[in-house]
Order: sequence, then C-alpha cells, then structure tokens
Amino acid sequence: MKSDHSIPGTEEAPELSYRILSDTSSSAPVIVFFTSAVVWLLVGTVFGLIASFKFNFPDWLGNIPALTFGRVRPAHLNSVIYGWASLGIAGLYVWLTARLCQTEVHWRRLLYISAILWNAGVLYGVVSILGGHSQGIEWLEFPKGAQTLIAMASVLLSLSILRTFYGRRVKHIYVSLWYILASVIWFPILYVIANLPFYSGVTQAAVNWWYAHNILTVWVTPAGLAAAYYFIPKVIGRPIHSYYLSLLGFWSFALFYNWNGIHHLIGGPLPTWLISVSIVASVLMFIPVITVAINHHLTMVGHFGKLRYSPTLRFVVFGAMCYTAVSFQGSIQALRSFNEITHFTHYTVGHAHLGLYAFFTMSIFGAIYYIMPRLTKWEWPYPVLIKFHFWLVALGITLYVISMTVGGFIQGLYMNDPSRPFMDSVQVTKPYLMARSIAGVVILIGHLFFIYLFYLMIKRKGVKRLTPPWYEKAEEYAR
Amino acid sequence: MMFIRAYVFFLGVLATLFLGWAALTFIPGIQIKEVKPLPGLKPYTEQELRGRAIYIREGCVYCHSQQTRPDGFGVDQRRGWGRPSVPGDYVYDRPHLLGTMRTGPDLFNIGARQPSEDWHLIHLYNPRATSPGSIMPPYPWLFEEAEEAPEEFYRMQGKRVVPVPEQFRPEGKVVIATQEALDLVAYLLSLNHTYPVKAEKR
Ligand code: HEC
Ligand code: HEM
Repeated sequence: MKSDHSIPGTEEAPELSYRILSDTSSSAPVIVFFTSAVVWLLVGTVFGLIASFKFNFPDWLGNIPALTFGRVRPAHLNSVIYGWASLGIAGLYVWLTARLCQTEVHWRRLLYISAILWNAGVLYGVVSILGGHSQGIEWLEFPKGAQTLIAMASVLLSLSILRTFYGRRVKHIYVSLWYILASVIWFPILYVIANLPFYSGVTQAAVNWWYAHNILTVWVTPAGLAAAYYFIPKVIGRPIHSYYLSLLGFWSFALFYNWNGIHHLIGGPLPTWLISVSIVASVLMFIPVITVAINHHLTMVGHFGKLRYSPTLRFVVFGAMCYTAVSFQGSIQALRSFNEITHFTHYTVGHAHLGLYAFFTMSIFGAIYYIMPRLTKWEWPYPVLIKFHFWLVALGITLYVISMTVGGFIQGLYMNDPSRPFMDSVQVTKPYLMARSIAGVVILIGHLFFIYLFYLMIKRKGVKRLTPPWYEKAEEYAR
Repeated sequence: MMFIRAYVFFLGVLATLFLGWAALTFIPGIQIKEVKPLPGLKPYTEQELRGRAIYIREGCVYCHSQQTRPDGFGVDQRRGWGRPSVPGDYVYDRPHLLGTMRTGPDLFNIGARQPSEDWHLIHLYNPRATSPGSIMPPYPWLFEEAEEAPEEFYRMQGKRVVPVPEQFRPEGKVVIATQEALDLVAYLLSLNHTYPVKAEKR
C-alpha cells in the first residue's frame, strides 16, 4: 500500500512491472504526439521570428499578403498553442496517466485518431489564417471547420485518458493526476462553449477573454504543474513536501483561476463590477501560487546540486520557478494602477512568453527529456547538445522577457504622457523590439539543437549510450 | 469510499469551471443584452462591412484597439480620442474588435480624427509615406500600379488614383486604389462614435 506521501511509482517489484506495462503501451501514441508537437514548435518559432522582424523592418516581405504581420502573428499564436503546446500536453498526459494509474493505456486507437484530427485541424487553421480566412477573434481565429476537428480530437483524448483512469490499479490518486483529470474534463467543455456562435459586441469580448485566459487555466498551466509535481520528486527521489499544501493549491487554483479572464479588459466598456471581480480573483491567485511554490521549494531544498546531473530536473525546476514569477507578475499586472500603464503594450507580450515559454515550454522540454528514453529504449546521444539547448533557450527567453518587460513599461509611460505625441511611444520601443528579435534567433538555434536530438531519439541514431546524460556528474555528486 | 472521492472530485472540477463561466460571461451577458443601440449609432453599410472583413483579414486588431478609456484611467481623453466607449456602441459588432494592443493608436474615432480618404489610402499603401518612422505594415495588395498618366485619364475609367508621394511609388507608375482599399477606408471613416451618450455609465 502506498501512503499519501509516497513517490509516484515507488520501486517495489510489482510496480516495476506495471511501469514496463504502461510505458510499452503508451510508447507509440506518445511518440506520435510528441513528434507532431515538435514539428509545430519549429513552425511556430519561425512564424514568431518573422512576426518579430516585421517590427524591425516593416517593409521586409511587405508585398506578400500571407506574410503580413496581422496574419503571421495569429499563425504563430495558434501553431504554438494548438500545435506545440496542445500536442505536447496530450503526449505528457497519456504517458503520465498510464504511469500514475499503473496500467496500460486504454483505447489507444482513439489516441491515434485524435492525433490525426488534431494535426489536421491545426494545419487547416493555420493555412486559413495565412490565406486570410481568420474569424478575427483572438485565440479563436481558426475557421469553424478547424475548430470542429480540434474539438473532436480533444474529446477523443479525454475519453482515452478517463478510460485509462477508470482501469487504474492504484488507490491513491497522485497530485499530478488531479491536474490531468481536471484538465481533460475542462478543456473540451471550455473550447466548445467559447466557439458557440451566439455572441456579439461586448458580450463576445467577455467570452473571448474568459476563454483566452482560461485556456491557460484549464490546459497549459495544469500540464506544467503536473510535470513539476511528478518530475521534481521523481528525479530527486524524495516525496513531495506536503500533501495538504498540494490539496489547498489545487482547489484554490481551480476556484480562483477560472474567474481571471476579464482582467484583459480593465478600463474597457464592460460593467465595472465584472472587471473588479476579475481583479480580485487575480490577486487571490497569490494563494495557490505561493502554496505550490513553497511545496516545490521545500521538496527541492538540499537537492539543488542535482540540477547539474539531470536535464529533466534542470528544465522543470527552471519552469517551476518561472511559474511563481509569472503568477506574481500577473497578480500585480491586474491591479488598476499598474494595468493603466502596461495594458495595450509589449509588457503583456513579455508576460505571455514568461508564462508560455519560461514556465510551460521549459517544463515540457524537461518532461520530454525524461519520457523519450523510456519509450524508445535509447539514451539521449550527445549530452553536450542538451547543454547547448538549455543555455540557448534559457538565455534567449531571459533576454526576450526583459526586453519586452522594460520596453513595454516605457512604452506605457510614454503612451500615458499627453505631452508626448503618440509616435514617441512607438519610437522608444524600437531598440527593445530589436533585442527581442535577437532573443528569438537565439531561441530558434536552441530549438534546432533540440529538434536534432529529438530526431536522433526517434530514429535511435547517434552514439549508443548506456547511461543517462550527465550521469557522470551524478556519481561525482554521490561521492 | 474511493468511488465517492472520485465522484466528488469530478463534481468539484465541473463546478469551478461552471461558476467562472456563469460569473464572467453568463450573468454579464444578461445584463449587457438589455443594452440598446445608442440613438446616434448607425448600423454598418454593406460597403463598411466589406471593409470590416478586410480589417479582420489583415489582422489590424493585433496593433489597434477600438475602446476609449475614461478620464482618470489613461490619457485617451486628453489625447482627444473621444469619450469613453460604452456597451451600446458595440451592438452591431460581430465579431467584436475591441483589441488589447496599442502598437498603433486607438481607432475608435479615427473617422472623426482623420476624415481624409486620401490620407488613409496613402497610409495603407505605405505608412511611412504619411508617418515617418512608423512600424505599421504596408498593404500594397490593396492597390494596383499603372502607367503614369494624367489623373483625368483614370478618373474617366472610374479609377481612383492615390496621391502617393513620388519617392514612395515605383518609378513611372501611379497607384490606384482597388475596391478593397476603398471599402477598408469606408469602414475606417465609419469609426466615428462622437455622438453624445447620456450618462457616461458603464
Ligand atoms: C504592426 C502593427 C500594426 C498593424 C498590423 C497595423 N497598424 Fe495601423 N498603425 C500602427 C502604428 C505604429 C501607427 C502609428 C504610426 C502611423 O501613423 O503609421 C498606426 C497608425 C494607424 C492609423 C492612423 C491613426 C492615427 O491616429 O493617426 C490608422 C488609420 C491605421 N493605423 C489603420 C490600420 C489598419 C486599417 C490596419 C490593418 C489593415 C493597421 N493599421 C494595421 C501599427 C499597426
Ligand atoms: C523564437 C521564439 C518566439 C518568438 C520570436 C516569438 C515572437 C512573438 C511575437 C512577435 C508575438 C506578437 C507580439 C505582438 O503582437 O506584439 C508573439 C505573441 C505570442 N507568442 Fe510568441 N514567440 C516565440 C515563441 C513562443 C512560444 C514557444 C510560445 C508558446 C508556447 C509563444 C506564445 C505566444 C503567445 C501566447 C503570444 C500572444 C501574446 C499576447 O497576446 O499578448 N511564443 N510571439
């Protein structure tokens, strides 16, 4: 019997065989999900970079309609959210659910169909946006057909995961699984509600931003947290600090985060009470965030040295720390006096990438580094490239976030100074926008290293290694 | 026992999502539904709607908001961008285009602030022709280039020559607005919400 404090999948003999069972059955679908996620990461990064350079050189590629800023930007957002992030989440959830339920993946065929529909939906959607057929609603630009494909795909994914959960061999439901189960129930419902064709005017704006923020609440953040809750204790070999903090963290998260969305419309033409409610909920987010931060920190304490020998730990801990940072930033950003300055500026874009990149994307990288060798039975070749990957993307995203945060803040100050012409607020951002493009190039190079490694993994190519990357350091550490 | 725990868990999860939905979209939806179009607000004409579709297609919303803030929150009032917008201003907007970014200025009252069609056409052809240092993208595919000839010549054919300064157009060519460009400008000029509202209550 496992106690509430046990490490996920502790090393008792029967569990070892369950682990083999779950990894064997999840292998094929998870590889399919991860591979398509990585393709969308590359596509999305290239779009992001084009969009960024358009700020620096507005006439560059200026006569190609498909590549105008106003189409490339939503193509970027949608390929990273519905492509990279969503398919990466799908892979993580399938693998982790099977592991935590100590069972095989059920209804695998649904997963293959889901992957096909999902990729088809994103491809169709992105091509439509570039071709000028956007619905024009931020985060929901895809045409109805693409949205239908994605909605179906997400339902199939959820069904398979819930079925696997139903067939669980464990009594105890580990924290990561709470987040996964909540997430697979929330996401399809949210996505369908937001796409109903009933709304117009200001109501539509409310639904729009309730959705756009909630996709972070119900889909992206739970995945990052599920990864942190699983991999940190797993890699350092120590149970999560407190079960009760986890419980408090989860329920306060579920309760408050769902109410945050309208903070995207502070100062806008909506009922004041509505905006105030969202601001209060945004500030209340301090509770789940601090809870999770303390819990993870106390788990890590005394083990920070292990960051040197585990790529997974390094990426996931970087992500978890950025989760705390981005959430603090978010709560502050929702305060009226602060929002007055930063709303409508690049500051928000900095915040978006601190969340979606520094927290979420880094956590998923960490998860992929852990999961892939267990599926392909092949160790990551060339550990030094993992180091390149980590440092390039870590430095790149740091430069990205700093340049947008500082540049955006100054932009806001200029915009709110009536003695300055508006154009000053455009001019002043130019060096920061250039710094962002440079950051983007650095990140892209980091991604190329990662993609090369990933390719070697699925092909089982490169040098054959018997120990996990950086393992030598672990031996040093143990001595 | 296990069964009950899982059951409670799923109910709780559904309840949190549902509560957020009700509070943030459903209840305000009912409140806002009571909003009538303001007396001064005209429905869009067919041409303006075509222009609006181009505004959506080209993603102007990613750089321009269409919502003006009240005094005491930002300086929209002091910039002369128009009175604070209210829900009644948006009843004909589908999809909404409130926007959350001001890489460029708010356009809620651009029709009043910049009523010149020619200015808009030149600006769309190449923003740097009217606004040096601008980082707004050019939209040359909303225009045609034609051999240089007196304006009369094209006007006779019902074509609109855009007075783009020489250094901004290809040598020996003139720039002619397509129907799409004219539609888009018609939409921009329709963005004029300067009619009065009674109580500036939101
Ligand atoms: C990359 C961001 C960006 C995009 C996309 C963009 N604009 Fe702009 N826009 C700007 C900037 C910056 C300015 C201010 C400088 C200038 O006048 O060009 C501006 C100014 C304007 C102005 C003049 C506002 C004033 O107060 O003088 C209008 C009108 C305008 N844009 C319309 C549009 C339309 C229509 C589209 C879509 C077809 C569009 N913009 C797309 C950035 C953008
Ligand atoms: C090379 C890497 C990247 C570059 C250069 C880049 C660049 C950009 C640019 C230029 C924008 C538009 C900003 C604007 O409208 O002013 C943007 C928006 C956005 N990007 Fe990225 N991006 C990168 C990676 C990513 C990744 C990996 C993710 C998520 C997983 C992501 C998520 C987003 C989101 C959510 C937005 C919308 C921001 C908002 O609405 O405020 N980006 N990005």
